[in-house]
Amino acid sequence: MPTNTIDPNTWVDKYSDYLFNYTIVRVDDKEIAQDLVQETFFAGLKSMKNFKGEASERTWLISILKRKIIDHYRKINSNKGKAEVRINYSSDSETEGDWLEERVADPFDKNAEGDIENEELGVAIHDCIGKLPEKQALIFKMKTIQGFDTEAICNEFDITASNLWVIIHRARTAMAECLEKNWF
Amino acid sequence: MKTTNKLFVSCEEAKHICDKNQYGEASFLEVIKLNIRLVYCRVTRAYSKRNTKLTKIIKKSDVHTISPSQKESMKKKLQKEIN
Repeated sequence: MPTNTIDPNTWVDKYSDYLFNYTIVRVDDKEIAQDLVQETFFAGLKSMKNFKGEASERTWLISILKRKIIDHYRKINSNKGKAEVRINYSSDSETEGDWLEERVADPFDKNAEGDIENEELGVAIHDCIGKLPEKQALIFKMKTIQGFDTEAICNEFDITASNLWVIIHRARTAMAECLEKNWF
Repeated sequence: MKTTNKLFVSCEEAKHICDKNQYGEASFLEVIKLNIRLVYCRVTRAYSKRNTKLTKIIKKSDVHTISPSQKESMKKKLQKEIN
């Protein structure tokens, strides 16, 4: 089995989006998610000596990130405890005796299954993007996910429009192939 | 990508138009050309189907990325820690 190596200089380019997507479905706040990803990189740097090379770099970072997410929830939970609010059952006779949970309306447009599916899909997409050549991945992300103009991307990378479309074409073909197995 | 007739495009060009169409950047005439090709070309049809599916799936996934400027600042902070 080949041993995996570690190189912190490439972390942001290689894994930040993947880790970000993993986090955002779990904390539901962009800024917090971003902070957690950054903290994960710092923690990774500190414990680099413990990296045995058995898992891939990404798996290793995800395991750190999981800890960070748990820590985050612990922190906000202990904040909550300080300002505890006691809720009384309402005096409404019709709902008397019902648990509080039973009186909360279901969100009509969301269900757990759909959320899980979307979460996995987001991660799967970044997984596939990670397999593209670096420049292709960058341009595909800018065009498809961030929605930049063709012109803006052309200026940024100093390429012509037809160049851009060739890159997009290759990226899309590769992405479709990659996602086809599980998601099409 | 030379075509003798203006309304009949090559398979390659049809794919190119299809790509552009996924981002809403194909002109009206181009869409017509693509549709004509779709009527009789199986390869284009298969490509178009897959391409549309990819667009839908990405839209559905609500996938996120970190902005390039944020990434730069992350890199700088990390670099500081490394040194």
